[in-house]
Amino acid sequence: MSEIAEKKLRMAAIRKKRHRAETRFRLFGMAAVSVGLIFLAVLFAVVLFSGLSAFKQTVIHLDIPVEASGDNYQAMVKLSLRNAFQDVTSRRHKRELYALVSSGAAYQLKDRVQAAPVLRGTMVSIWVTASADVDMAIKGETPRLTDRQLAWVDDLKTKERLKTQFNWRFFTGGDSREPELAGIAVATLGSLFSVFVCLALSFPLGVLTAVYLEEFAPRTRWTDFIEVNINNLAAVPSIVFGLLGLAVFLNAFGLPRSAPLVGGMVLALMTLPTIIITGRAALKAVPPSIREAALAVGASPLQAVFHHVLPLAMPGVLTGTIIGTARALGETAPLLMIGMVAFVVDLPETILSPATALPVQVFLWADSPERGFEERTIAAILILLLFTCLMNLTAVLLRKKYEIRW
Amino acid sequence: MPASAMENTQPKVHILDSAKPAAKMTIEHLTVFYGDKPALHDVNLKIGSNRVTALIGPSGCGKSTFIRCLNRMNDVIPGCRIEGRVKLDDEDVYAPGQDVVNLRTRIGMVFQKPNPFPKSIYDNVAYGPKIHGMCETKEERDAIVLRSLDRAGLLDEVRDRLRAPGTSLSGGQQQRLCIARAIAVEPDVILMDEPCSALDPIATARIEELITELKEHYTIVIVTHSMQQAARLSQKTAYFHLGRLVEEGDTETVFADPQDERTRDYVMGRIG
Repeated sequence: MSEIAEKKLRMAAIRKKRHRAETRFRLFGMAAVSVGLIFLAVLFAVVLFSGLSAFKQTVIHLDIPVEASGDNYQAMVKLSLRNAFQDVTSRRHKRELYALVSSGAAYQLKDRVQAAPVLRGTMVSIWVTASADVDMAIKGETPRLTDRQLAWVDDLKTKERLKTQFNWRFFTGGDSREPELAGIAVATLGSLFSVFVCLALSFPLGVLTAVYLEEFAPRTRWTDFIEVNINNLAAVPSIVFGLLGLAVFLNAFGLPRSAPLVGGMVLALMTLPTIIITGRAALKAVPPSIREAALAVGASPLQAVFHHVLPLAMPGVLTGTIIGTARALGETAPLLMIGMVAFVVDLPETILSPATALPVQVFLWADSPERGFEERTIAAILILLLFTCLMNLTAVLLRKKYEIRW
Repeated sequence: MPASAMENTQPKVHILDSAKPAAKMTIEHLTVFYGDKPALHDVNLKIGSNRVTALIGPSGCGKSTFIRCLNRMNDVIPGCRIEGRVKLDDEDVYAPGQDVVNLRTRIGMVFQKPNPFPKSIYDNVAYGPKIHGMCETKEERDAIVLRSLDRAGLLDEVRDRLRAPGTSLSGGQQQRLCIARAIAVEPDVILMDEPCSALDPIATARIEELITELKEHYTIVIVTHSMQQAARLSQKTAYFHLGRLVEEGDTETVFADPQDERTRDYVMGRIG
């Protein structure tokens, strides 16, 4: 009798221990998720806090006397500044005064005048970009301006000749030595072109490879060997692919340097293993009964795969593709090797024109000493994150669309 | 079909059991290996036209392997090796150059688990005729779909929802949909691999009824675990044991007076 009671007690103790273990595991899980979420929130807060200011740019209103003839716009801008502050006489003070506006001001004036030649010989009223130092001072960074310059800035502010506005140039401009003139258009276009080329090459090639290896290739030692090596390729450091691109695409084939076409090809090499591996897994997950059903009504193996198996595997294939492409979008190292790390000012017109890519631009700007590049670096990271989020969203939507339950 | 064959089939309707019907399929010395493991050993069997032939036997005895040899579904299994001969009418199924795709349109198959395509009911049935170019216009296709569903006894239940997914049907309806899909390509022979094992008794009864009707038009080979089903449905029964065909003959004879001891044990319910 007592033996039975003892046994029952022991079993109860074990049961209690099991329950405790389960509760403990759940708590650990929730704690881990919470910590992760807190870090994510901090990251976003920091990035947004320090990056959002790059979307604003300080501009200064100038009345510039445009000469009837002659193209020395730099001199015209300087003259208008002298007109605005007529008490400035010494050479050194003048130089300080000129430093208030960006060197891009002369180009803004030039563009305005060339677009409307009637303006020649008149007084042109124009908002020009302020220099990065002024911009930083307005945005509350420790100013690198002299007391005299700060006084001028205050003066302009009280006269309402200085304001901050949305920074269009950041989205439309190419790279520049001057932070206030630098933009991400070249990098964004370069990234889009590269990713487009990468997708166009790696998606069909990857899917067809996966279909062949999974559905048609005979199981021999050779296919095992190929399979192992594809898995290895997925783990090869990305810079090695860059080296391959340099050796094969640039040196052997003579394709142009810094071109998104080559960038895309290199990224495609990098993405292919991911697509093949996830594609094969997705194909393997399709129940064999679907293949048998198709074969039994007389479909050829090719028809069975392309009419029935592949559509069912599509959600998985697409997920792999988007994961691979999103990784390619954020890849810097292979692009360094094929010359996409370049100072490119002009927007690329085709996939053969020189361009950079967003992560490369981030890398370049992060290297620059000027304070103005700091916020732009973070802003570029924000854009990169936005693109990644968009791609993942696309993946989710596509998966929803193609998902068929059986 | 030659004239003599026509004459042969004529009297069969009247004296079904005594007459020897024309053999639709002839299997001679069929031996199957999976890798090095033999799965079937020297099977000889004739499958009569417009009759139901039942294959019975304990699990792992080779019935499924056998039925899958008839339309070469075993081709897709790696390491599967087949010796001997399988003939459909007078044509060697395993002859080099045999068009497997064409063969499978003549020998349809229904599987153990209902496996409709995850498409609409209509598309499930229309798929076969479409890939074989059996219908050029939409009207022709509609006609084939409706006729096949009707023959499979499913039309009345799905007439107003042909565009609904095939997977939304109940298990028994799905299996009849698979039968409709198989007969849409106008096969001569329909192979059924335990078509009722995933179904409840009522759905099973519907399928059995259907099989009895279908034998008017098709030659049917059915693998079953239920001896009652074999007895109810078939005119001929073959008993498999450990990869060998132990006994075959008219269903009544096999169940009432089995010659082999193993068959007797099995049909009496002593083993299996």
